[in-house]
Amino acid sequence: MIDIKELHKSYKMGNSTLHVLKGLNIRVEEGELVAIMGSSGSGKSTLLNIIGMLDLLDEGTYELDGVMIKDLDETKAAKYRNKFLGFIFQSFNLINYKTALENVSLPLYYQGQGRKERQEKALRYLSSVGLADWATHLPSELSGGQKQRVAIARAMASEPKLLLADEPTGALDTQTSYEVMDLIQKINQEGKTILVVTHEEDIAQMCKRIIRLKDGVIVEDTQVDQILAAQYVQ
Amino acid sequence: MFNRDRWQEIFETIRKNKLRTFLSGFTVALGIFIFIILFGFGNGLKNTFKEFFLDDATNTIFLFPGRTSEPYQGFKANRRIEFDNSDLADIKENFPFFLEYITPRISRSAVVKYKNEFDNYSTRGVGPAHQFAEKTIIMKGRYINTSDIKNKTKYAVIGRLVARDLFKKEDPIGKFIDVGNSVFKVVGVFQDDGGDNEERFIYIPYTTRQLLEKSNDKIDQIILAFKPQLGHAGSLGFEKKLRTFLKQKKSIAPSDANGIYIRNVADDLKRNQSFASVLQIIVTFVGLGTLIAGIIGISNIMVFVVKERTKELGIRKALGATPKSVIQMILQESIFITTLSGFIGMLIGVLILDNLGETLEDFFIKNPFIDLSTAIGSTLVLIIFGAIAGYIPAKRAASIKPIVALRDE
Repeated sequence: MIDIKELHKSYKMGNSTLHVLKGLNIRVEEGELVAIMGSSGSGKSTLLNIIGMLDLLDEGTYELDGVMIKDLDETKAAKYRNKFLGFIFQSFNLINYKTALENVSLPLYYQGQGRKERQEKALRYLSSVGLADWATHLPSELSGGQKQRVAIARAMASEPKLLLADEPTGALDTQTSYEVMDLIQKINQEGKTILVVTHEEDIAQMCKRIIRLKDGVIVEDTQVDQILAAQYVQ
Repeated sequence: MFNRDRWQEIFETIRKNKLRTFLSGFTVALGIFIFIILFGFGNGLKNTFKEFFLDDATNTIFLFPGRTSEPYQGFKANRRIEFDNSDLADIKENFPFFLEYITPRISRSAVVKYKNEFDNYSTRGVGPAHQFAEKTIIMKGRYINTSDIKNKTKYAVIGRLVARDLFKKEDPIGKFIDVGNSVFKVVGVFQDDGGDNEERFIYIPYTTRQLLEKSNDKIDQIILAFKPQLGHAGSLGFEKKLRTFLKQKKSIAPSDANGIYIRNVADDLKRNQSFASVLQIIVTFVGLGTLIAGIIGISNIMVFVVKERTKELGIRKALGATPKSVIQMILQESIFITTLSGFIGMLIGVLILDNLGETLEDFFIKNPFIDLSTAIGSTLVLIIFGAIAGYIPAKRAASIKPIVALRDE
C-alpha cells in the first residue's frame, strides 16, 4: 500500500536548516494498522503530512497504492487526497456551521457525486459510527467523542485506500479514547489500511505494528499483539 | 457558474453565516446608496445654479444710462444721460451686421387691481423682442407684438403668479385689469424658468407706457442681442463699437467711464459656466471619493471574510477541494452578495432621489437626479472591484498549504 524509500525532509529555520526526516524506508501492506510513535520533534507528524500529501518531500520516493506520488502541485494533491486518503485530526476539524451530515458529505461533494447520493452515503456512514440520530446537529452540540466519530465517518465516506489519524485521541479522555480506538480497530478489521500517529503507549498497543521514530530515524519497527479496545468499552 | 450543486453550497454558506453576509451586503448597499444620493444632490445643486444664472438668453447686452463724471464739449460733469426712442432707431440703423434684435425696457411699479383683488407689481414697458431676451414662455394668449407698439394699445401680458393671485381660477385672457389707474386688457399669460420673481412681472407695450407718461420718448434701458455666430470675441468688439457710438451721440468724453454702462451677458455666462464646471468637478470628485470608500469597505470585508474562513478552507482542501474550486466558491459567493445588495442599494437610492423633487429646494437642491447609466455603471464598478478585492485574498488562501491553514486557530 505504502512504499517509502530514502525519505528526507528538512525545514529552513532562518539561516539554519532543520533536518527532520533522515532517510526513512517504510513499507506498509494493505490491511495493516500501524502506530507511528515518538516524542515531539521526532518527525512523526511530518511523516504523516508527507504521506497525506499535505506536505512535500525533499528527497526519496513515495509510492501509494502503486501510484508514484511526485511533482505535486496543489490541484494534483487535492485530487489525490480526495481519491486515496481520509484524514482524522486531533482537533476534529469539522466545519462549525455545517451539520454532522453535511460535514460527512463534504468529501463526496468534492468527488462530484450527486446530492441525493451524497446524503444517503453520508447518513450510512454516520449510522456506522452510531450517530444517525445526531445527523442534523451542529458540531458545537456534540461531545468530543461524538465529534471525532463524525470526523471518522467523514474520513470513511470518500472510501479512501488509506486512513491517516493524527493523534486521534489526543483531545479525548481515556474512556472516549478507547471508544474511538474500538471504532478504528473495527474499520481496520474490515480491511482498511490505517496509520495512527500517537505518543500514548496504550493507544499504540491497540495497533498491529509500531514504528518508533527518534530524531528523524526509525529506531524500532515491531509487530505487536493487538489489544482489543472493545474489552474496555461497556 | 451554473452548477446547481455549487449554488446550493453557496446558498447554504450564506444562510448559515447570516451576520457575515449581512455585513458585507450592507457595506456594498450603503456604499452605492450614498454614492447615488450624493451624486443626485450634486446634480440638484447644478439644477438650482442653472436656474439662477443660466435661464436668460446668453447673447444679450444690457445698456444703462448713468451720469457723466467729466465735462465734455461744453457740458458740465455730473450730467444725467437718458435714452430715448431715437437711440433704438440709430442702433438698428448703424449695426445691422451685429444686431439680432433690440428692445427697450421701462420698469415701473404699480398697484394692480382685478375685482376685489389687488397687489403691488412691477410693470415693464417692452418691445416684442423682449420675449427672447428673457426667454419668456407664453402659456396662454400671446406676447406684445409690433402692432401693439405702433398703436400704443392698452394690452398686458401677465406672469403666471399674477394670474394666480388676481384671477384665482378664472381665465384671465380678455379680462380687464387696473394698472396704476389705467385699464389694460390681458392678452397673454407667461411663465419663466427664472423663478417666482420673474413670474410676477406685467409686460405692456413701451409706447403705451410713454403715452401714459405725458407722451414722452424716454427709455430706461436698452436690451439688445448680438448674432450668436459672432461668438464671445465678436460680442466684445460689438460692445466696444457700441460704446464709442453712444458716447459720441450723447456727447460723453471718450475717457468717461460713468456716462453709459454696458453689461454683456456673454461675460457673465463665461464666468457662470466656469463656476458650473467647478461645481461639476466637485460633484464628480465627491462621487468618486464615495465610490473609492465603498471599494475599500468591500476590500476590507473580503479580506476579513477570507481570513475568518482560512481554517475552513484548509479543511476543504484536506478533503479534496482544489485551489480552483476554493477561489471559485469565494468569488461566486462575494459576487452574488455584492450584485444583489449593490442593486438593492442602487434601487433605494434612485427611488429616494426620484421622490425628493423640490422638497429640498430651500437647501439649493432642486430635482436631484442620477442618470440610469451612471447609477448602473457605478454599481457595476463596485461589483467588479468587490470581485477583484475578493480574488486576491481568495487566491492567497487557496494557495496556502492545508497543513498551514489547519494549524490556524
